[in-house]
Amino acid sequence: MGIGGITAEPPPLAAPAPSAEPGRLGRYLVGAFFLAPALFMLGVWMVYPAVYTIVRSFFGPTGFIGHWTGIDNYKTLFTTSYLRTAIKNNAIWVAVVPAAVTAIGLVFAVLTERVRWSVAFKTAVFLPMAISAFATGVTWRIMYQQDPSLGAINALGKTVSGVFSPAGVLSAASPSTPSLQPSGGGLVLKTTLQPGGTALLGLTAIPPDQVPKGAVQAVTPPAKPGDIVGTVWRDFKPGGGKPGVVEKGELGLPGVTVQLKSAGGKVVQSTTSKADGSFDFTKVAAGSYHADIGAQTFAKPFGGYGWLGPNLIVPSLLIAYIWIWAGFSMVVIAAGLSSMPRDVLEAARTDGAGEWQVFRRVTVPLLAPVLSVVFVTMIINVLKVFDIVYALAPESQYAKANVIALAMYFTAFQGAGDFGVGSAIAVFLFVLVIPVLALNIRRFRRDI
Amino acid sequence: MTRTRIVLGLALVTAMLVAGLADAGTSSHAKAGVNTAVSGSISFDGIWTSSSGQPQFEDVIKAFNKVYPNVHVNYKPVGNNLPTVLATAVAGGHPPDMADIAQPGTIAQFVAQGKLKPITYATSTMASNFAPAWLKLGTFGGKLYALPFKAANKSLVWYSVPTFKNAGVTPPTTFSQLLNDAKTIHASGTPAYSIGGSDGWTLTDLFENIYLRTFGAAKYDQLAAHQIKWTDPSVTTALTSMAKIIGDTSNIYGGTSGALQYGFNDSVTNAFASPPKAAMVFEADFVAGVITSSTKAKPGTDFNTFTWPSITPGPDASAVEIAGDLLVTFRDNPAIEAFVKFLATAPAAEAWAKQGGFGTGNKNVPASIYPDPITRLSEAPITTAKQVVFDMSDEQPPAFGATTGQGEWGLFQQFLKNPSNISGIQKQLESAAAAAYKKK
Repeated sequence: MGIGGITAEPPPLAAPAPSAEPGRLGRYLVGAFFLAPALFMLGVWMVYPAVYTIVRSFFGPTGFIGHWTGIDNYKTLFTTSYLRTAIKNNAIWVAVVPAAVTAIGLVFAVLTERVRWSVAFKTAVFLPMAISAFATGVTWRIMYQQDPSLGAINALGKTVSGVFSPAGVLSAASPSTPSLQPSGGGLVLKTTLQPGGTALLGLTAIPPDQVPKGAVQAVTPPAKPGDIVGTVWRDFKPGGGKPGVVEKGELGLPGVTVQLKSAGGKVVQSTTSKADGSFDFTKVAAGSYHADIGAQTFAKPFGGYGWLGPNLIVPSLLIAYIWIWAGFSMVVIAAGLSSMPRDVLEAARTDGAGEWQVFRRVTVPLLAPVLSVVFVTMIINVLKVFDIVYALAPESQYAKANVIALAMYFTAFQGAGDFGVGSAIAVFLFVLVIPVLALNIRRFRRDI
Repeated sequence: MTRTRIVLGLALVTAMLVAGLADAGTSSHAKAGVNTAVSGSISFDGIWTSSSGQPQFEDVIKAFNKVYPNVHVNYKPVGNNLPTVLATAVAGGHPPDMADIAQPGTIAQFVAQGKLKPITYATSTMASNFAPAWLKLGTFGGKLYALPFKAANKSLVWYSVPTFKNAGVTPPTTFSQLLNDAKTIHASGTPAYSIGGSDGWTLTDLFENIYLRTFGAAKYDQLAAHQIKWTDPSVTTALTSMAKIIGDTSNIYGGTSGALQYGFNDSVTNAFASPPKAAMVFEADFVAGVITSSTKAKPGTDFNTFTWPSITPGPDASAVEIAGDLLVTFRDNPAIEAFVKFLATAPAAEAWAKQGGFGTGNKNVPASIYPDPITRLSEAPITTAKQVVFDMSDEQPPAFGATTGQGEWGLFQQFLKNPSNISGIQKQLESAAAAAYKKK
């Protein structure tokens, strides 16, 4: 037994060798078994679509694969004006949003550290993150409406401007005949008047509900020697009537300020029309005059800014988007701030640094890694931006507000149905995101 | 597999026999119309959802099942994403048996790819129910592929009755009367036009009606097929007429910037608000649905409709532009054939028409089937029109005619912004059209 035991000594050494092969294989198999579901998912949902999209981008518009077109789709991408607008807009987004979001987040984070109720404040700023971007888009679209009775932002503008420049009594009116000419926001009667003359000031386009209260049938006063008389009236009756003639059924416009100006443009007399629209400049000296209605009568009410119009649509989108993401940035930076060693700040203050210097020379450099995380995340988010533009911009402004992801969606899946160019846009977007992703991954590695 | 084939074969033979019998004795025995031999199930992808036509279409299916109790139609409400869903399903090789498509341009693409089955078996049924113009709408490359089942009259103008009354005008019958009325309405203190330019298609519809009324159906079809260039003098004339409306900016509710911001729905609710903010909306019969669902306006007393005024007198003056649902088939079997043929007959159309929101070119459907006077007013012209044309922007390649913010829709929005730049917009339209037709 003992001998056997001795002679049997080598096998225990050799034994692992033969069993090592199946063991390693087994371990690979087990590994593969556990990896398989993930690999399968990755293959089906990531690798295959990605490869297919890249291949698809070299083929024609329709069908599963279409015909070979080489790099035509990429040429289209850079030569079609609405796609170029999309690329240009994305560049604006990348230039503005990450910097703005990081800066605003930093300011909020630093300030909320010092206030009471900071949790309440942080919650308020963070809340937009809890709303879907689509809902945000719809909400902001309503707030941006141009009509001040619909859009909150322009309603605010109307309240403010109503104090400084109130709307006139007849803001919608326009002259009924060419004898009344616009002048400096008001209207002036072209024909010159002498004492004893009559001035007929006919206005139209006045909605029935804007006719001043107490208006009665318009009357042309009889001419008086030495006076200049006239009437201001709503020169309209159903069917139109005869322009420039006071007819039955046409109302006078009371309360309108009429001025009599000398040939030199000086105001000689000023009067207000009566319920039947008539007015009378008494005892006018010989000479020739003009009658006019001042600009304040026609002052338009504040019509609102076109936030959703072609000129402001991109800034409007940026504001809404920054509003969403400022909260995210603030929370991440605040977390970084709370884990920052306080003694360094204390030391800096003890050494006599002012608050601005502490912020600028100590806080910001120490926060740099966190800031760069926020910044890079925002670049990726912004490159892929889609939902807010889709929900917020009116359809007539898509051409102006276009971004790459939106252009991809519309080219491939809506209307045009051009899968070739759509794929090319997607690949282009992918190429833009890669360097940023690489940067992010390198940093992950360094952190580990 | 073989068993199914045998069953199908048998079914086919029986179907033919029964169809022959039915043809022989339709008038005498209503019960003899019941066909139990044809069986199977049909998958149907449609745009109509539970709130927009699905229940009505299911009533049509019920009417069909009275005749063919053994055919089961599986209706799937896809909604507005239908073109996308279909394109993807076709690309993936698994289209439904049938679908409704609102864009002849898309059908032409599918036909060119050989994805659709012709429905020539229904030619005689259709010919006895529809005027030749309607068969032409379903014909692609010389063969009948589609059945124009549901049609919307797009040659309509909707107006606010109190605003017309205040201004003392009556619905115009000619274009110059329309412009005169608009002037009078403006003087009365209400803008004449409410334009939903945020939706590009409202603008192309306006242009198409003007073009159709000025140059007639034949020339309209040529422009739709890009046989006439967009730089053609006829387009200049039509755009000049259109500029008389959209260039009259003080007569548009909200002016140019308002017109660009309001969508179709806004343009309707603005015009039929209380008090009305504008007098007229140029759009199709479906305006009535928006008015009744989102305003308090009452038919007849608050809103009404008139046919697009004529521009050039002559036979084309009554031509009607329609939009609608063309039914197509991706497969072919007796069950599908039976369903398609049934859909071409009057009972199918009547099952939906009597509930409203439905127009048909079926000449055997009496106008009295429509539930109210306004629907009769808006749908009857479809059936009586000698000339019928399809919405032009739906006939063109979608990249040009039906993409938000791009092609025709985007360019007509630019035209709305600057109505004086007619030749510039024509050049841009032509280059966009040329690019889209080259790709097609």
